[in-house]
Amino acid sequence: MLILLGMPIVQIVLFGFAITTEVKNVRVAVFDPSKDELTRRIIDRIDANEYMNVTQYLTDNAAINNVFRKNQADLVVVFSDHFSDDLLHTGKTSVQLVADATDPNTATMLVGYATNVIRAVQAENTQSGYIPAGNIIPQVKLLYNPGMKAAYNFVPGVMGLILMLICAMMTSISIVREKEMGTMEVLLVSPVRPIFVVIAKAIPYFVLSCVNLVTILLLSRYLLEVPVAGNLFLLASVSMLFILVSLSLGLLISILTQTQMAAMLASGMILMMPVVLLSGMIFPTENMPLILQWISDIIPAKWYIMAVKKVMIEGVGLAYVTKEIIILAAMALLLLTVSIKKFNVRL
Amino acid sequence: MMENPVIHVEKLTKRFGSFTAVDNISFDVGKGEIFGFLGANGAGKTTAMRMLCGLSKPTGGTGTVAGFDINKESEQIKQNIGYMSQKFSLYEDLKVWENIRLFGGIYGLSDKEIAQKTDDLLKRLGFESERNTLVQSLPLGWKQKLAFSVSIFHEPRIVFLDEPTGGVDPVTRRQFWELIYQAADKGITVFVTTHYMDEAEYCNRVSIMVDGRIEALDSPSELKKRFEVGTMDEVFYLLARKAKRGE
Repeated sequence: MLILLGMPIVQIVLFGFAITTEVKNVRVAVFDPSKDELTRRIIDRIDANEYMNVTQYLTDNAAINNVFRKNQADLVVVFSDHFSDDLLHTGKTSVQLVADATDPNTATMLVGYATNVIRAVQAENTQSGYIPAGNIIPQVKLLYNPGMKAAYNFVPGVMGLILMLICAMMTSISIVREKEMGTMEVLLVSPVRPIFVVIAKAIPYFVLSCVNLVTILLLSRYLLEVPVAGNLFLLASVSMLFILVSLSLGLLISILTQTQMAAMLASGMILMMPVVLLSGMIFPTENMPLILQWISDIIPAKWYIMAVKKVMIEGVGLAYVTKEIIILAAMALLLLTVSIKKFNVRL
Repeated sequence: MMENPVIHVEKLTKRFGSFTAVDNISFDVGKGEIFGFLGANGAGKTTAMRMLCGLSKPTGGTGTVAGFDINKESEQIKQNIGYMSQKFSLYEDLKVWENIRLFGGIYGLSDKEIAQKTDDLLKRLGFESERNTLVQSLPLGWKQKLAFSVSIFHEPRIVFLDEPTGGVDPVTRRQFWELIYQAADKGITVFVTTHYMDEAEYCNRVSIMVDGRIEALDSPSELKKRFEVGTMDEVFYLLARKAKRGE
């Protein structure tokens, strides 16, 4: 009942306010070797823009990649070495806009914002005669996904969704089914330890998920031509960890619910919707209200998808995904402890 | 007091919050005995039985089942008992022999033992032709007989039956009780809950629970004599209407 009445409210609020593809609070990093009047003016205008904030100044070219890998900025603006001089003498100059294109929609939007600001500055200054009529040419550089393929964004998302669904939903349903049928009771009366019953129920879905993982990776590699840029072993390990989290989640649901119907609803509502809406799979989480960002932080799929993007698309190593791994491991541990405790209490 | 009881319970109590489901019950059950455990819905039968099976821990009191302490040795108890629940408890989507094989394996029987005992069992029940039938397509009465046979497949010392004959027609019930007698003859103690008073007559002794307490415990004939009535039905009615709590 609560679900029936609550659903529309939640959905409307979520879609209406929180979940927009609009990008706010863009963190802009600037590399400005020229440091002249004009570049400063552009930087100020970017910072003044309601959507963008300049958060850091870089000192060399190599820092650009690092900023993205550490997820410290969404957009990097790189001015040429002699920005104003070039404009004065040759009539044109260039500025590079670098964006992380693992999410092509967001990247396009960011580049669009910055281009508009630069055009505006140029137009003003030309009118006032402050600078010669000339062209500031924004060059766009999209990291990790130069072809702007949507697949780069959705493959990690789909991986998160499918693994979560199969593991959590199927595990919970299959265990609850035993409860409904009365066979669970018989198993519990038998000398088999409850924990082994649970492990035995989880193993098939673990194997199934691993097969799914391989299928997704093969398909994305050969059909969608999304390469695995990073270490395959690392990717597999992170995925296994995520599968473990999902299995524990399914276990917890199965312990808390009594019927297959309830388990189904619980996994559907608690897992499906948040994963699709709040994991950053479709809508970037950075732009959501703070409270929704907190909620999204407790969704395992969000961390997994982040880690997959980093490892699979950006191709970074273990050091850059430790945070995600630690969070996922902690979640697995917490969920398992709670489930086992609850499971024993029920006996 | 009897000597060497298979089940021995003293002041067993189970409380859920402020609700006392089982209130200070004590009794003994002897080897090979068919012990009827009667009571209206909500009287605490199932809760008491779950404690004996090691499925839930008593709030108070002590007891032994098959010589093992119900408070501390529930794992050993589980090795020595069989259990058949209210709900039908075999896997509907497995074949007859697969169910037998599964439960044989769970109780640690070897493949050879399982194969041989499966043949025996199917022959005894006259189920040879149904070996490869899915359990879900068997009639209810057959399922119940099969479930009972599976629950004593590993030759436990005690078998707990929780309303085993619910919804089964009288003829099949009759056949079911023949199986129970066969098991008791082999020395297996049968602990059975039921709602059917004609079945109570089949038991060696019965206890009648009302509001978590045992109000009467004796052989059916003694009980009828004591309450000066002709049938167990009337005995049960006299006791059960004293109940204060509802369903």
